[in-house]
Amino acid sequence: MPFETAFLATVLPELILLATACAVLVLDLYLNDEQRGWNHNLAILGLAATLGTVGLLSNNGVTIAFSGSFIRDPFGDLLKGIILILTIFTFVYSRDYMRERGLWVGEYHVLVLFATLGMLIMVSAHSFLTLYLGLELLALCLYPLVAFDRDSKPGAEAAMKYFVLGALGSGMLLYGISMLYGATGSFGFADVAEVVNAEGLENKILVFGLVFVLIGVAFKFGAVPFHMWLPDVYQGAPMPVVLFLASAPKIAAFAMATRILIDSLGALQADWGEILMILAILSIGLGNVVAIAQTNIKRMLAYSTISHVGFIFLGLLAGTQEGYAAAMFYTVVYALMAAGAFGVLAMISINGLEVEQLDDLKGLNDRDAWLAAMLALMMFSMAGVPPAVGFFAKLLVLDAVVSVGLTWLAVVAVVFSIIGAFYYLRVIKLLYFDKAADSTPLRLAGDAKIAITVNGLAVLLLGIFPASLLGICNAAFSG
Amino acid sequence: MAFLYLLIVLAPLAGAIGAGFFSARLGRVGAHRMTILGVGISCALSLAVLAGFIWGDLKVFNDSIYTWMIADGIRFEIGFLVDRLTALMMATVTFVSFMVHIYTIGYMADDEHNWPQGSLAGKHSYQRFFSYISLFTFSMLMLVMSNNFIQLFFGWEAVGLVSYLLIGFWATRESAVYANLKAFLVNRVGDFGFILGIAAVGMYFNSMNYSEVFAQAPQFADTQVAILGGVSLMTLICILLFIGAMGKSAQVPLHVWLPDSMEGPTPISALIHAATMVTAGIFMVARMSPLYELSTTALSFVLIIGAVTAFFMGLIGLVQNDIKRVVAYSTLSQLGYMVAALGASAYAAGIFHLMTHAFFKALLFLAAGSVIIAMHHDQDIRNMGGLWKKMPITWLTALVGSLALIAFPGFSGFFSKDAIIEAVGHSQVFGAHFAWILLTVGALVTALYSFRMYYLVFHGKPRMDEHTRSHLHETPWVVTGPLIALAIPSIFIGWFTVEPLLVSNWLGDAIHVAHEHDSLHALAEHWHGQMAFIEHGMHGWPFLLAMSGLGLATLIWWFGVKLMPNLDALLQRAGGPLTRILQDKYGFDDFNQRVFAGGGLGLGRLFWNAGDQVLIDGAVVNGSARSVGRLAGQVRWLQSGLLYHYAMAMIVGLVGLLTLYVVF
Amino acid sequence: MIALSDYLLLAGLMFAIAVAGIFINRKNVIILLMCIELMLLAVNINFVAFSHFLGDTAGQVFVFFILTVAAAEAAIGLAILVILFRGRQTINVDELDLLKG
Repeated sequence: MPFETAFLATVLPELILLATACAVLVLDLYLNDEQRGWNHNLAILGLAATLGTVGLLSNNGVTIAFSGSFIRDPFGDLLKGIILILTIFTFVYSRDYMRERGLWVGEYHVLVLFATLGMLIMVSAHSFLTLYLGLELLALCLYPLVAFDRDSKPGAEAAMKYFVLGALGSGMLLYGISMLYGATGSFGFADVAEVVNAEGLENKILVFGLVFVLIGVAFKFGAVPFHMWLPDVYQGAPMPVVLFLASAPKIAAFAMATRILIDSLGALQADWGEILMILAILSIGLGNVVAIAQTNIKRMLAYSTISHVGFIFLGLLAGTQEGYAAAMFYTVVYALMAAGAFGVLAMISINGLEVEQLDDLKGLNDRDAWLAAMLALMMFSMAGVPPAVGFFAKLLVLDAVVSVGLTWLAVVAVVFSIIGAFYYLRVIKLLYFDKAADSTPLRLAGDAKIAITVNGLAVLLLGIFPASLLGICNAAFSG
Repeated sequence: MAFLYLLIVLAPLAGAIGAGFFSARLGRVGAHRMTILGVGISCALSLAVLAGFIWGDLKVFNDSIYTWMIADGIRFEIGFLVDRLTALMMATVTFVSFMVHIYTIGYMADDEHNWPQGSLAGKHSYQRFFSYISLFTFSMLMLVMSNNFIQLFFGWEAVGLVSYLLIGFWATRESAVYANLKAFLVNRVGDFGFILGIAAVGMYFNSMNYSEVFAQAPQFADTQVAILGGVSLMTLICILLFIGAMGKSAQVPLHVWLPDSMEGPTPISALIHAATMVTAGIFMVARMSPLYELSTTALSFVLIIGAVTAFFMGLIGLVQNDIKRVVAYSTLSQLGYMVAALGASAYAAGIFHLMTHAFFKALLFLAAGSVIIAMHHDQDIRNMGGLWKKMPITWLTALVGSLALIAFPGFSGFFSKDAIIEAVGHSQVFGAHFAWILLTVGALVTALYSFRMYYLVFHGKPRMDEHTRSHLHETPWVVTGPLIALAIPSIFIGWFTVEPLLVSNWLGDAIHVAHEHDSLHALAEHWHGQMAFIEHGMHGWPFLLAMSGLGLATLIWWFGVKLMPNLDALLQRAGGPLTRILQDKYGFDDFNQRVFAGGGLGLGRLFWNAGDQVLIDGAVVNGSARSVGRLAGQVRWLQSGLLYHYAMAMIVGLVGLLTLYVVF
Repeated sequence: MIALSDYLLLAGLMFAIAVAGIFINRKNVIILLMCIELMLLAVNINFVAFSHFLGDTAGQVFVFFILTVAAAEAAIGLAILVILFRGRQTINVDELDLLKG
């Protein structure tokens, strides 16, 4: 298929984001230290414009462009929208933190914007090549972001670990892609799906490909035993980077999992479902248990992430439309909760305080009641306490698993969730029932407060009225 | 229309949220303006809806607004069913609520005196109170407008919640906390039955929607359930649901919480514990009439419980000395009348009495509150007397309320109560005869306790101390205004509504009465206008007994007390054991305290010592917590921090999965 | 004639050597970077071999992209290595254990 100018319209959001990132890169050269705010404003403006374009171009149809390597569909539009919103949240939450530490420079914005571009490409990938490029663009921006505080020893160590393991993970993914290419003669999702539908798992090369690709997906999510990078990176990276890392890329990873496992390898659901089941049980179990022993809040939330990944896998392995929709719902909700929780932590890490240990949260209620309430809401939601949306997300996933006859799996998940409730509730105890060492009230920027309020209300209202988001999730998989 | 109904429900909620969360910023005036505006909107719209049903041709609305979730094919929805029954309830609830909101401005004006110095809960208590009563209005509207059992249950629990919050409003008083806990526990018993009833509906009908359930109901008329040696499904469901109503509408033996609930501020006694919430049970049974009509056993159960409550609770009112408690027992007794009407399948009469009672009982409570304000929060009627001169508006409106209560001919209560007694007289279910006797004699009791209170409060020599007497004056207009506004319907509403409600079947399809149960039939057949009804009523036993009660009360507590100021106390002493029984409230409280509370405590201690501490805490909870903690402490060192171990883990995972696939 | 399986075996061996290098090496971080390059080269051999035997050039296009990404990756890897060394004056893999548990 020859190149058509009309294809450019399909990638307009990506083009706008690319232009924004380049513009920030150039603009930063001409700004002195007092004017760094313009980077911030321009980045947010660009993200908002991208978001608007995604919305404008959105329709119920499916557009495939660039010889089948790029796809725009409602599923992707929703995920892109959420990724962009979360990125805007990231910038707003992190401003004071970064400015106070002298890290509020153009490179930060450029890296985050390019990472976002990588995620958008991942979401819209319709061939393994596009997917790989998006993935690498994301990963190559995240490595330096983790080490963004150049004087931090844990930061450099975390970045190194992330880099080596990330390269290993993407190496495995590539190896798997090469096998799939060998077995099917193509790396477009649609073409691969055609061959796989016809041949099944007869071809041993395909089996290799499947396992390696799955490991690539599991690594990106951080599922046990491919999770080892996650706690160290969360602990070592600056809080705003963790905030970014924990929220939007999970959505991109979900898009990647859906595109690969359902769109292209859907015929092998029974096979990858089994692998996911093993990974899910390990993740939920290990994540919840080890989180209890943590005293570092970032590390605790890292293990909590691992357990949530297990829940997302539960939805996927059910292999039904209901299950996929539940997994999507869970992913979106998890990203919102993670953004909110780390957002609060980033916002209170000011005036020289670096919130690291759980004890740093003591008596937050006396310092800023609203932020404490928001963090408590996020914790309740993560623990799965109604009416916060986390409860509903868990319920949907478990319902999907039970309805395909895997009741024992649901029971295992619930038991570990109960164990997990302990460490979330411990945070709430610290917030409300302990005295702060320093109880001076916090002074926070208005826009960050508005953002956290929107974020918190979303978590609460989606829990009371889940039907809207759930409807979109269901629609994404009904075709 | 859905938008309109949504607005009716949400306007008070918005007020409640505003006054509740932004109490400091809004201040007192802002809070009461905001909540009154919210309730005012929903009151005006509710009246418009009612008018639309009366004079216009408004269609019945029955639709779902939002599907919350679907579990096993049962839809959990938010939806509205607005028919004439609902419209009547909406208008009554919002009107009384609106009046109470205005009244509260006066009643709570100096609430800070009710709190200890510097109490944190006392800060913004004024705004909090407004927030609660608006929240109550929202909950009650959700309850009456629901078109399904789930929302009904939500409203049911939400009104309960607000009721507990308000009974224990003065949380620093021990008696309020006790009453609060009591209301909560007793209602738990009722709600237990209620939710079992809903569960039974869900299990057999596989739907939560009223119209779907009612449509299927006749098919299940002969279904038997293998519990207690086999009972009819309909009887089971109806009695279980009615147990819920017994809790909420305070029927014997679950009535014990209502008199104690008078610990709350008076406006909520009027709104929640007289006019609206306690009538939720009556509304619910009327709404479920298609189910109740299928079980004569359940109807007879309802009838007997109602009649017993009506008579025996009225008797206790005779020996009470707290002005609010007298009114509270009178409420119990009147609720008994309504329930008895339901048992006799005279749902329309029950709803009719519910409405008239809402007006005159709210009026009586608010008048009592007005007296309490004037008396500086002294509630003992032995310390009152002669107030009529100082508080003319309160006096006159209280007189109106009392006359309506004792069913004086022409007043609203007359029509509704007479219709109930008439209907019970015509009922054929088991126990109807017994119930009729109790209700008829109850009319005498009602007149006695109402006018005992009236005379002791407003007539005779003033008995309060010098300081209080010198400060006695009529309460401000925010208090007297609602009194007048409620007095008007207390007089007239019966006259205007008796014909459509009882005779020409205005409620229509909202209520279903089986032909053989139709006890209002005779009344409709011999209908010759309101005057003829009054005349007919004046030849009946209830009227004669009520008038002799009134006469007797006048003789004793007006003339008698004038001659012998301590006659009331003497009479009570002369009653001997009878007085004691009544003062002990037939021993319900002691029985509950000893057997349920005491027994529960003992049983709880036993389980706590033997089961909980040793087995559950020792072995299961702490044991498992300890082992999980230990496990966590060990497993975390898998994360050694060394890069090559991390890579190793990935390789092990890879090799493991490959082996799984390639080898097997 | 060299068969497809021979190429695959070679690539597989190179991949295995690279992976082994990552977890057996406990001294120098630079060796890790070299192993990563080796791993990507193994993948490239796979792609080229498949591309040749399938008669489809798309596989070779993929290889060019991988080479480009590898170059960027190496640059970033070395940059991280520099700040790692600056912070603690060592690039010994054994001593990278500040973050654990």
